[in-house]
Amino acid sequence: MKKALFALLIVALVAVPAFAQFKVGLVTDVGGIDDRSFNQGTWEGILRFAQENKLPKANYKYLQSSAEADYVPNLSTFADEALNLIIAPGFLFEKAMGDVAVNYPTRKFLIIDAVVSKPNVVSAVFAEHEGSFLVGVAAALKAKADGKNVLGFIGGMKFPLIEKFQAGFEQGVKAVDGSLRVLVDYAGDFAAPDKGQALAQKQFNAGAYIIFHAAGGTGNGMIKEAKERSQKGDVRWAIGVDKDQYADGVYGTKSAVLTSMMKRVDVAAYEVSKMTLQGKFPGGQVMVFSLANDGVGIPATNPNLSADIVAKVKEFATRIKSGALKVSEVPAK
Amino acid sequence: MTKRREKVVLPLVAVFLGFLLGSIIVLATGRSPLAMFAAMIKGFSGIDIINDVPINTRHIGEFIIQAMPIILTGLAFAFASRTGLFSIGAEGQLMVGALAATTVALLVQAPKAIHLPLVILSSAAAGALWGAIPGFLKARFNVHEVTVSIMMNYIALHLNNFVILNIFGSVDRVKTAFFPESALLKSPFLQSLTRGSRLNWGFIPVVVALVIFSFVINKTTFGYSLRAVGYNKEAARYAGMKVNRNIVLSMMIAGAFAGLAGSVITVGTFNFGRALPSAEGYGFDGIAVALVGGNQASGILFAGMLFGMLKAAQPLMQSQGIPREIAGIIQASIVLFVAMQYGIKLLLEKFKKKESVSAEVDRV
Repeated sequence: MKKALFALLIVALVAVPAFAQFKVGLVTDVGGIDDRSFNQGTWEGILRFAQENKLPKANYKYLQSSAEADYVPNLSTFADEALNLIIAPGFLFEKAMGDVAVNYPTRKFLIIDAVVSKPNVVSAVFAEHEGSFLVGVAAALKAKADGKNVLGFIGGMKFPLIEKFQAGFEQGVKAVDGSLRVLVDYAGDFAAPDKGQALAQKQFNAGAYIIFHAAGGTGNGMIKEAKERSQKGDVRWAIGVDKDQYADGVYGTKSAVLTSMMKRVDVAAYEVSKMTLQGKFPGGQVMVFSLANDGVGIPATNPNLSADIVAKVKEFATRIKSGALKVSEVPAK
Repeated sequence: MTKRREKVVLPLVAVFLGFLLGSIIVLATGRSPLAMFAAMIKGFSGIDIINDVPINTRHIGEFIIQAMPIILTGLAFAFASRTGLFSIGAEGQLMVGALAATTVALLVQAPKAIHLPLVILSSAAAGALWGAIPGFLKARFNVHEVTVSIMMNYIALHLNNFVILNIFGSVDRVKTAFFPESALLKSPFLQSLTRGSRLNWGFIPVVVALVIFSFVINKTTFGYSLRAVGYNKEAARYAGMKVNRNIVLSMMIAGAFAGLAGSVITVGTFNFGRALPSAEGYGFDGIAVALVGGNQASGILFAGMLFGMLKAAQPLMQSQGIPREIAGIIQASIVLFVAMQYGIKLLLEKFKKKESVSAEVDRV
């Protein structure tokens, strides 16, 4: 009996695949894994990876930071624990990630939205301007179909990463009709729905028909304003960002969210985890997630867009993918 | 209990009760309090009491990094408090201190022996200036210092962000260019001692601040008159003390301590200036540190280290599946129990009395 048990144990030990030992960790900024934005997206990618590979619960975890000063100790804690892959989303991690990667040259890291040129760091960046171009096209076509000529953009903070969204959106709109106007405002904050709503009121009052936001939690205030106006019969539209935000705009049987600019941080986290597990960690490389590899784009289903508009958007997407159409990353002055 | 012993025993009882409550909550969520205490011990000493691994000195360095700024903001709150002022402004004073440190670090070119002291002094001066405003308004117009110092926090936040985003912003605009070596508290020697932690010379200004605090409050006529104003403003005025001047000076010195924390963070923990989405809580932690430390330099040192330990243990706790909020709950309940110290005192006395009564009964 004892021998049989022992044999069973040996079989079990051998049968447990190597990847059961694989450990992956996420260090978030102050937002946490329920921020409806990139922390959440990254965590979802890790969850998908963990489920597919049946990782035990202790093998995938996250550390939430309380302040910027926590980034380095949090990354170092995971490095001390010898996790196989340590992921941090957001360009605010750039300096901390660089320092920790030097301190722990044998550990593997993934940073999202920034480039850290170290042999043990993979950098994942997104072509936000390409995806934003497509929602710009969709917005312009929708506005023209309904006889409107003003659109809006609300950004979180005015720095180059967010300006890529603005630039792409504006170019998409102009590609459809150069006479359409785009109002642009920056809230100065990524977590202030009240500011988002106030800016949306301002733009809607100035005649904006559709507003695209790249403002994280601040943008939720804009979606709320679009929803409230539409409910009262004054139809206005919102365009979501990062994830498919259709559900956030639901009122009655409709939604005020026209479409969303999806930025698949979950794909980045998932893909790099998978590659690391397979022993193909692309250290030192910059991985670009663009339209070409479905890293950005509009959701698969868009109940609020007509088939015509979707077809037209797809046409532009093909032209960008083939390189026939170049989208600039910086807004025109 | 003598008054002296009381001052030591009561906070210790509060700390004990705080940890007890934290353990109960950890137990209630189905996790092991042992893992929590193991994380805390490792958080400040690097010693792992569960696994047999060598000491990780990195934790010692990071623990000191966490404790330094809140000791300074604790001193800031305590100094104003000894003069009877309730200043909530340490957060903002810290931010303008950080902004001044950033400015001097980036714009001045000088050898380290001049540059670094200049950076540190400028942060203290900026904090003092920021403290002087609520102090002056209190002394001259009797505007309550709580209101003004809170509002000054917001002004500091937005001033800092405006300057960083529009003047110093580098490539991504939310942080400045990296400071030159001559402006930094960083030390490769200390880093190599602590396995690459961010430990730096910042503890020297912290120790100096502790000594100055203790000396000014306890050993100088000026400190005596500050305390007199704190005990009874009108009596101090009657005794011929310059009450208004003392209020302004007290707020300025408090502001200087908090401003100092700004440079310890900016040129010690980091090496660049930062735009902040919101306040980072160093000021409010300082209030807790000062309350638990009984507004005494030695008490603040220990309370700052205690709360620094709780902060340093957070990643280790989270990694064990213990929510990081537990550390916050422990910190808050310690403050709560300190605030309830008269109740604890009564309980302790009752307990003692019962003991002596029963002892007497035994004798009979």
